[in-house]
Amino acid sequence: MNLGKVFSEVNPLLLKGLWITIEVSVLSLLLAFALGLCTCFFGMSKKAPLRWISKAYVGLIRGTPMLVQVFYVYFAIPQLLQFMGFDVRLTPFSAGLITLTLNAGAYMSEIFRGAINAVNTGQMEAARSLGLSQAQAMRKVILPQAFRICLPSLVNQFIITIKDSSLISVIGLAEIMYQAKIYVGRTMESFATYTWVAIYYLVLIGILTYVAKLVERKVQI
Amino acid sequence: MTAQIIVNNLHKHFGHLEVLKGINLEIKKGQVVCVIGPSGSGKSTLLRCINRLEEPTHGDITVDDIRITDPKVDINKTRRHIGMVFQQFNLFPHLSVKENIMMAPLELKLKTKIEAEQKAIELLERVGLSDKVNAKPRQLSGGQMQRVAIARALAMEPDIMLFDEPTSALDPEMVGEVLAVMKELASMGMTMVVVTHEMGFAKDVADRVIFMDEGIIMEEAPPAEIFANPKNPRTMEFLKKVLSV
Repeated sequence: MNLGKVFSEVNPLLLKGLWITIEVSVLSLLLAFALGLCTCFFGMSKKAPLRWISKAYVGLIRGTPMLVQVFYVYFAIPQLLQFMGFDVRLTPFSAGLITLTLNAGAYMSEIFRGAINAVNTGQMEAARSLGLSQAQAMRKVILPQAFRICLPSLVNQFIITIKDSSLISVIGLAEIMYQAKIYVGRTMESFATYTWVAIYYLVLIGILTYVAKLVERKVQI
Repeated sequence: MTAQIIVNNLHKHFGHLEVLKGINLEIKKGQVVCVIGPSGSGKSTLLRCINRLEEPTHGDITVDDIRITDPKVDINKTRRHIGMVFQQFNLFPHLSVKENIMMAPLELKLKTKIEAEQKAIELLERVGLSDKVNAKPRQLSGGQMQRVAIARALAMEPDIMLFDEPTSALDPEMVGEVLAVMKELASMGMTMVVVTHEMGFAKDVADRVIFMDEGIIMEEAPPAEIFANPKNPRTMEFLKKVLSV
């Protein structure tokens, strides 16, 4: 139960794990942003098949727990592919990255859809009345406003994804939670170790929240 | 000379609701036409069909000899020379006043940045807002916003301007400044279609007043005539209500 002593021992491990947590979260959030935007546009497309794809994907992700998704990507899909004759093996990192991206992408597409719908219809009409095409109006008028609207929810999703990355420890990705579990398994110092893990998450998310506040203030209309 | 805007047997349905029930209308170049009538009479819908913000269900509209109801027509190109001013201004809140005006000509590559900026400043001078070049829309009053919206439409150098109740969302003391800008436009020969409740403006500026009710043009006459002795009983009833206030 010695916080200080445990800290000096576990800290190098946690920092190593924290770095992987940051790496997998940041990468997946960047990819999820693009995926979410595409899914959102698919969902608003005039072509019905694109809308179905978007709906099915979002429904699938929202309807299943993250933990199931992790196992599915890491174990189930490779088995299916092997059965079909492809030898695919994923590292825990890439499986984690894929899962987090798919997961956050679905939620982000809903966030984007909500924000785009929240922009007054008069804005699109005004832009179109000046001769802009749908796409030009989207880019110059709707999206810049939608981005400001969705910032708080987007940051929320960032936070959720960072925390969800701890679930990837179950497939052996050596992120912060994994390192902590290993250390506790060896030393039984669960209180001190998990306290430090919690503090690291708090600091990480605190910094993100602070930066988000700055950005929000900067882009205010 | 043929008319600049020709509306031929225009119908518009919203689901089962028939909002326009066969509108025929011709507007010559340089004419100012005011459309009046009770709310729900279809006057805004008629206006919005002229630049196809609403898709007509049935019928033809020709603007500058282009049949804009033809699905093959490039409506984006046609809209460039049909300016529109909305009741709710619809300025782009994330852009400054100047950027609001410059956006479309730049995005459509009709002007260089310097030309667009020059034009914006010139237009703002014309609507009396030279001091608001770099302001954001939220810093403006309603009347100022509507004048910027007019300048924004003019930046595309349209030869037709559509006004959809441009003063209805304004505080009474700001109506005058917007109408003054519109009057000046009219005097410079702009073709204008104005949906309005401002009977004074219709009287002073319009070449022709159209009274609509229930999706039909009930009466159409020069302002002096329609206000002094309306022929249709519905027109009489409507004018009695709005003019007795």
